[in-house]
Amino acid sequence: MAQDLNQLAEEIRAALPGAVRGTSVLRGELTVDIEADEVVRVMKSLREQLQFQILTDIAGVDWPKREKRFDVVYHLLSLNRNARVRVKLQTDENTPVPSITGVWPAANWLEREAFDMFGIVFSDHPDLRRILTDYGFSGHPFRKDFPLTGYVELRYDDELKRVVYQPVELVQEFRDFDFMSPWEGAPYIIPGDEKATKEPSK
Amino acid sequence: MSDAALQPDEGNLTKINFGPQHPAAHGVLRLVLDLDGEVVARVDPHIGLLHRGTEKLIEHKTYMQANGYFDRLDYVAPMNQEHAFCLAIEKLLGLDVPPRGQYIRVLYCEIGRLLNHLLQVTTQAMDVGALTPPLWGFEEREKLMGFYERASGARMHANYFRAGGVHQDLPPGLLEDIYKFTDHFPKVLDDIDDLLLENRIFKQRNVDIGKVTRADAEAYGFSGVMLRSVGVAWDLRRAQPYECYSDLEFQIPVGKNGDNYDRYLIRMEEMRQANKIMRQCIEKMPSGPSVSTNNKIVPPRRGEMKRSMEALIHHFKLYTEGYHVPAGETYAAVEAPKGEFGVYLVSDGSNKPYRCKIRAPSFMHLQAMDYMCRGHMLADVSAILGSIDIVFGEVDR
Repeated sequence: MAQDLNQLAEEIRAALPGAVRGTSVLRGELTVDIEADEVVRVMKSLREQLQFQILTDIAGVDWPKREKRFDVVYHLLSLNRNARVRVKLQTDENTPVPSITGVWPAANWLEREAFDMFGIVFSDHPDLRRILTDYGFSGHPFRKDFPLTGYVELRYDDELKRVVYQPVELVQEFRDFDFMSPWEGAPYIIPGDEKATKEPSK
Repeated sequence: MSDAALQPDEGNLTKINFGPQHPAAHGVLRLVLDLDGEVVARVDPHIGLLHRGTEKLIEHKTYMQANGYFDRLDYVAPMNQEHAFCLAIEKLLGLDVPPRGQYIRVLYCEIGRLLNHLLQVTTQAMDVGALTPPLWGFEEREKLMGFYERASGARMHANYFRAGGVHQDLPPGLLEDIYKFTDHFPKVLDDIDDLLLENRIFKQRNVDIGKVTRADAEAYGFSGVMLRSVGVAWDLRRAQPYECYSDLEFQIPVGKNGDNYDRYLIRMEEMRQANKIMRQCIEKMPSGPSVSTNNKIVPPRRGEMKRSMEALIHHFKLYTEGYHVPAGETYAAVEAPKGEFGVYLVSDGSNKPYRCKIRAPSFMHLQAMDYMCRGHMLADVSAILGSIDIVFGEVDR
C-alpha cells in the first residue's frame, strides 16, 4: 500500500511540474503540497489524468503565528485506484485562492464554508456567500482568535416583540484550562514566576 | 417542444419559501424555490439554522470530551459518527482495538444503519402520503434504541465508542436478545415491502424522480446509497475495510436508474444485509477485553480504582487532563448509513484536537438539491428531499 502511494506520488510529481512543492506518505496517507495559484491546474489533472473522480472535502486550518496563516486542505478520492490523496496549499487573509468550482461543482458549498468560517477568499467563485452562520453575521468564527463564546448573543425582547442581538455577558469568565506543565516550559508567565529570575537580595 | 420553450421565463417566476418550519423539510431547512407555474426552476437551500459550531467546540475539549459531540451530528445513527472520530484518534495514537471491541463496534454500527434506514424509508413513505410504514418502522426503532440503552445507558446520545474500543462490555443477556430480534426482523422488512414495493402511489411518486447520472454523482461528491444508486459498487466497508468487516460476509446492493425508487430498494436490501452482519457478529463474538489495555489512554475500571493506586492516578489524569495525541494529521472515514462520514483530525501534540473537520455526507447531497429538483414539480421537492436522506445535525454541524 505504502509502495503504491510512493508510486502515485511519483506520478503526480511527474504530471505537474512546477506546481508540486513536496509530497509525503505518512500513516498510509499521501499528502501533496502545492502552490496556491496552481490549484486549478492541479485539480484538473488529478481529476482527468489521474482518475481522482470525487472531491471528498475541503477544510481550512488556521495557524495564526504563520506568515500565511491558513492551510486549505482538499481530500480527493479515486474509485478506480481505491486511493485517497490530500492536497494542501497555504494562503493568508488577503490572497484569494482560485476556486475549483469549475472542476467539481461539489466545491461550491465547501468553499463557501471555508470562506464563512475562516474568511479564506476564493476567486472566480460563482456565489461566495456565507453559508452556515446567521444572516448579517460578522467575523469568521473558526479562526483561532475568535472567542469560543462569540461576541453577540440572541434573545427575545418582550417589549420589542422580536429577537434582538446584544453583546455577550458572561456571569463567569470562560475558563479555558490548558495542561502545559511549567516544568515542560509553558510559554507564559505564572504569577510568582518573576521571583525565580529576581536577583537574590544580599 | 424546442429548448427555448423549456427555458423558464425569468420575469414570471414565483418565489416561495419552503421551511424553515415545514414537516417535510426534515429539520430546519429553508429552501427558496423559484417556480415557473408548478415547475421548479431553481432551488436555493439556506442552511445553518442549526449551526452550533461543533468543530470549534471540539477544539476546546479533550479528546474524550469531544466524543460526545459526534452523537449529536447525525442523531439518527449516533454511534457511526463516534466511530469515525475514534478511528482517527486511534490512527494518530497507533492504538489497536482488541477483537471483541471491534465486533461490538461493528454490531452497533449495523444497528445504527438499521435505525437510520428504518427512519428514512418510512418517513419518505410519509412524505409521499403513507402513514402506516412509520408506525411499523418506529416500533422496531424503539427496540433498537433499547439495545443502545442497555449497552451504553442512553437511547440516543450513547457516547459508547472510545479510543481503543468501547466504554464497557455488553451486559449479560443482551447478545441473545439482539439475536432474537434479528430472527424476526426480516419479517418486518417484508411487511414494509408489502406496503410499498408495488404500491401504486409510492411508485408514481418515486420512480424516475430525482434521477442522477453517474458522471454527476461523482461531480457532486456523492457517497453511500446516493452513489450506489447510479450503479457504482462502492462501499468503504468493502473497498477500504476497517475493523473486522473483512471477516464478515455481506453483499452490496447497487442500483440501476439512480432514482428515488432505486434508493428505496437499496436501503431495504442494506437493512437485510445489516441484519445478516449483526447475526454473524453475535455468532463470532470473541471473548477477551472489549477495550484496549493501554492504561495511558483507556481509563481503569471502577473496581480496579478501589484497590490500585496506579489506577486511581490514571483515572484522575485521564478525566481531567486527558491523553495527549502525537502531533500530525489524519483522515478517517467510515461508511455511515448516509454515506461517507469522515473526520480530518489535526493534532498539535496537546490533549485537545487542534482542528477537527467533519465531512458530513448529507452536506454534499443537499448541495445537489438544485441540480436534482430542476424541472421537477413542486410536490417532487419533498419526495427528493426525503430520498437524499438528510439530517440537519450533520449538515449544519
